[in-house]
Amino acid sequence: MVDVRYQTAFRLYPYERVAAQDRVQRHQVVIVGGGPIGMAMALDLGLKGIEAVVLDDHDGVGVGSRAICFAKRTLEIADRLGCADPMVEKGVVWNLGKVYREDRQIYDFNLQPEAGHKRPAFINLQQPYFEKFVVERIREARDDGAPIEIRGKNKVDNIASHDDHVVLEVDTPDGPYKLEADYVIACDGVRSPIREMLGLGFEGRVFQDNFLIADVIMDADEFPVERRFWFDPPFNPGQSVLLHKQPDNVWRIDFQLGWDIDREKELKEENVRARVDGMLGPDVEYQLEWTSIYTFQCCSMDEYRHGRVFFAGDSAHQVSPFGARGCNGGMQDVDNLGWKLAAVLNGEAGDRLLDTYHSERKHGADENILNSSRATDFLTPKSEVSRMFRDAVLDLAEKAPFARAHVNSGRLSVPCTYDGSALNGADDDTLPKSLRPGSPAVDAEVDGGWLIDRLGGRFQVLAINCLAPTVEGAEVIELDSHTAPDLAERYLGEAAQAIYLLRPDQHVAARWIYTKPAAITAALTTAMGG
Amino acid sequence: MALIDTPNIPDPDGFYADLIAAHEGLEQAASHALNARLVLILANHIGDRTVLAEALELSKSA
Repeated sequence: MVDVRYQTAFRLYPYERVAAQDRVQRHQVVIVGGGPIGMAMALDLGLKGIEAVVLDDHDGVGVGSRAICFAKRTLEIADRLGCADPMVEKGVVWNLGKVYREDRQIYDFNLQPEAGHKRPAFINLQQPYFEKFVVERIREARDDGAPIEIRGKNKVDNIASHDDHVVLEVDTPDGPYKLEADYVIACDGVRSPIREMLGLGFEGRVFQDNFLIADVIMDADEFPVERRFWFDPPFNPGQSVLLHKQPDNVWRIDFQLGWDIDREKELKEENVRARVDGMLGPDVEYQLEWTSIYTFQCCSMDEYRHGRVFFAGDSAHQVSPFGARGCNGGMQDVDNLGWKLAAVLNGEAGDRLLDTYHSERKHGADENILNSSRATDFLTPKSEVSRMFRDAVLDLAEKAPFARAHVNSGRLSVPCTYDGSALNGADDDTLPKSLRPGSPAVDAEVDGGWLIDRLGGRFQVLAINCLAPTVEGAEVIELDSHTAPDLAERYLGEAAQAIYLLRPDQHVAARWIYTKPAAITAALTTAMGG
Repeated sequence: MALIDTPNIPDPDGFYADLIAAHEGLEQAASHALNARLVLILANHIGDRTVLAEALELSKSA
């Protein structure tokens, strides 16, 4: 029995009976869960020629508003996968933010985008669109021969992990069947059934607070495209409120409610409307598109790899929504695991490389949890003294610019640097610190195009203002920074030249000012897990 | 130690008197709030995490 757990916004992959249901087949990778992370994972592997089967217990994208903010790094990963254009086209970019306290604005800020990047710092886009664009790209890739299969209404009921393969028992509208995989990736969300079936823990911290989400539709001229954040406004005393613009004239409003609430009462339409009316004023026409109440926690598994089973996205780690680190963090999991799994399946790297998926992404998840917990502690101070300092920050923010740096309603997701990773090689620390080994490559305008478009998918030796030594297993890119000031500033600093070894996920593996082929080969071996 | 823990204010008695005067007539909650603002302002002025860490340590151990 495949239960319907939620309504779908787009029915994208209706159930179809497949031959594999009649006899057991072995696949290279089976992905459990067809959310944004599972689908992006399948796309990344498929584009690398790895056979990926996605099992989802529904047949489309869930309705409702979940992730809404997609950061630049996610767009760059989506670019590598070939689906960023429709996202950016559909998405909303905002620069102006306003912060209010009680009934007045205390300051505003303008996030003017830094020049010399192909993609903006972030876009607002409803999650169902994000998923739809990934699935459409999967279709296109499949037409070009990428071995990706999506099976809707396929629910995993049991998993057995063996030394050399994994067996899954899957239920469908036509009854159960078994299939085998070299590797399984569980992208099955916060309540991960795979995690439950394997009896694995998910520890962390629960925050004692409730938030009411109301997505409202208004005519575009009612409100400007800006983010507004209120502390203690008259229409939600003692709590915070966030207003965010999404595509299709949808505004997301987040009302903090506190801990002791009557959920049913708060969700009644007249009560939701009373809050929204209080905020927008009595004369503004709007439709309520979606309401829900959520609580949140910050949790993580201890290990993201269990033999041949990997956990990616919310199944591995959960963060509070402040700072948009959930889906954005999950996309970095995809970015990290895809090339490693492909290298091992293609016999180019040993099993050890797969252990670094856990070590690198746990490092990233810890950073995301830290940042998102800090934002939560600012919004919901946990003690009297914490509230006193929070209020002191707000008192000062109106007059003193320094205090605005302490106002924390979520720090925008930025990709983490894998400091201390076993895959990192040589470094010359006279080069800019922001591109030390472990860091994701930074974009720059080069020869009328974008550097980021030329990176990724394989190991690359990027030689700036010098000839690249030829090494086996890496592609060479030679660039001149004299006509590319961003490139000079970001990659050279004071140096006249540099050589960067970049991984298939565009992270820096090693770098030098001068080097020899043997040193690059050694770094390449290290970056492949030694 | 990066933190200056030897006398550094030219007129220590004058500053001390100003500090107490700033709290005059305030309820306890308002006094605490003023102290909190003052800590944040001074910390920003110092701006050096090593000095701030040493100041936190010294205040905890006193």
